Amino acid sequence: MSINPELPIQFSRTHRLQWEEAQQKNVILYPEGMVELNQSSAEILKLCDGTRTLAQIVSDLEAAFSTSGLTNDITAFLEVALQNGWINQN
Amino acid sequence: MAGLTKTKPTPPRWLLAELTYACPLQCPYCSNPLDYTKYQNELDTDDWKRVLTQARKMGAVQLGFSGGEPLTRQDLPELVKHARELGYYSNLITSGYGLTEEKIIALKEAGLDHIQVSIQASSQELNDHIAGTASFNHKKEVAHLVKKHGYPMVLCVVIHRENIHQMPEILAMAEELGADYLELANTQYYGWAHTNRDQLLPTKAQFEKAEIIAQAFKEQVAGKMKIYYVVPDFYEDRPKACMNGWGTTFLTIAPDGVALPCHSARELPGLDCPSVKDYSVEEIWNESKAFNFFRGTEWMKEPCRSCDEKDKDFGGCHCQAYLLTGDMHNTDPVCSKSPHHGVIQEAIDSAAASTLAENEKPLVFRNSKNSKLLS
Repeated sequence: MSINPELPIQFSRTHRLQWEEAQQKNVILYPEGMVELNQSSAEILKLCDGTRTLAQIVSDLEAAFSTSGLTNDITAFLEVALQNGWINQN
Repeated sequence: MAGLTKTKPTPPRWLLAELTYACPLQCPYCSNPLDYTKYQNELDTDDWKRVLTQARKMGAVQLGFSGGEPLTRQDLPELVKHARELGYYSNLITSGYGLTEEKIIALKEAGLDHIQVSIQASSQELNDHIAGTASFNHKKEVAHLVKKHGYPMVLCVVIHRENIHQMPEILAMAEELGADYLELANTQYYGWAHTNRDQLLPTKAQFEKAEIIAQAFKEQVAGKMKIYYVVPDFYEDRPKACMNGWGTTFLTIAPDGVALPCHSARELPGLDCPSVKDYSVEEIWNESKAFNFFRGTEWMKEPCRSCDEKDKDFGGCHCQAYLLTGDMHNTDPVCSKSPHHGVIQEAIDSAAASTLAENEKPLVFRNSKNSKLLS
């Protein structure tokens, strides 16, 4: 299972991404489970809104953080997210 | 106060709200206490709302509405709505009995995130026998409706000697129903399951065969369905890290408002578990005797005290130590280092002998009549 560069990426409808005040971090919630996210993972997932492709997510984040060369890290994280069912491409 | 830690405990993350002990099913492995009929005074709607608010403020985020059968509470949609407003992820843990499409829609609108439906077996005859209620076809219908309305669907099947041979059919049923998650919960022997252990505990050969089938299926459905496999700890040589450590993560509130560090803790002697009618959740979690009792490692006796794995399994399960050795401070006898480890083999042998006995003892079903007889 890998990311199709042509298709937009969407956060799963059966998971919830939410800021947890008590933990001071973003988490993914799903049936009887929770994954704690670091800041960069959360920023990537917030852009998975069903309109942006992989390349657009990379360029938006590179612009937002005034940096470059994020393609490999973002791709690797999104592959993991896809395998875990946190995102999909339909 | 035994085991009192000086550092502030980590806050609860998981709140299990046992709304009621009432249940139309009679499963003989029910985790409710044997004497559940003694606790008739259920918390009212305002009590539950207060508890949800207080626990959420501390950091609880996963919320299980359980029981008994939580659908018997008429205020369930109101509680779900309150939970959603507070930002909980709400799980409804139900037998499916009495769940209609109308209720499924109403709960979705109230903000329920997920429904876990239990099925007792892959055949109608065995399901209805174990549940003590004709419910098989309705449960399958409920599973379809849960999917239809966009919930993630978790199918939960408790595994024991009466149904373990159905493993291939159970897996096929989960696939046919479109389960997103399948929980294969090998019976844990507390409460009613402890009473019925001779009739429920499978042999090691049965476990191993079922596990191989489940493992192969897990690989086959990877990416489509997730399998939660609750291990049969009687066939392990190290205990489970029960509750992720006492008073670290899990908070159970029983129907009458008693706060428990695990849902079986009610059967432990001398804990004086506090009630949310008398104290706030914060006072209970941080300061009560019950929640501090097994925190940390100070309470431990040998072989746990000097064991290099004590931070991994926290000595295992105190309820199991109590039920099988008579002392809740003992190491969980599942551990092969426990001087009481022999009781596990005795239990296995006793269950095996029971299958060969000419007149096998009948299962004791979980109902009010039997509860009164046993309490």
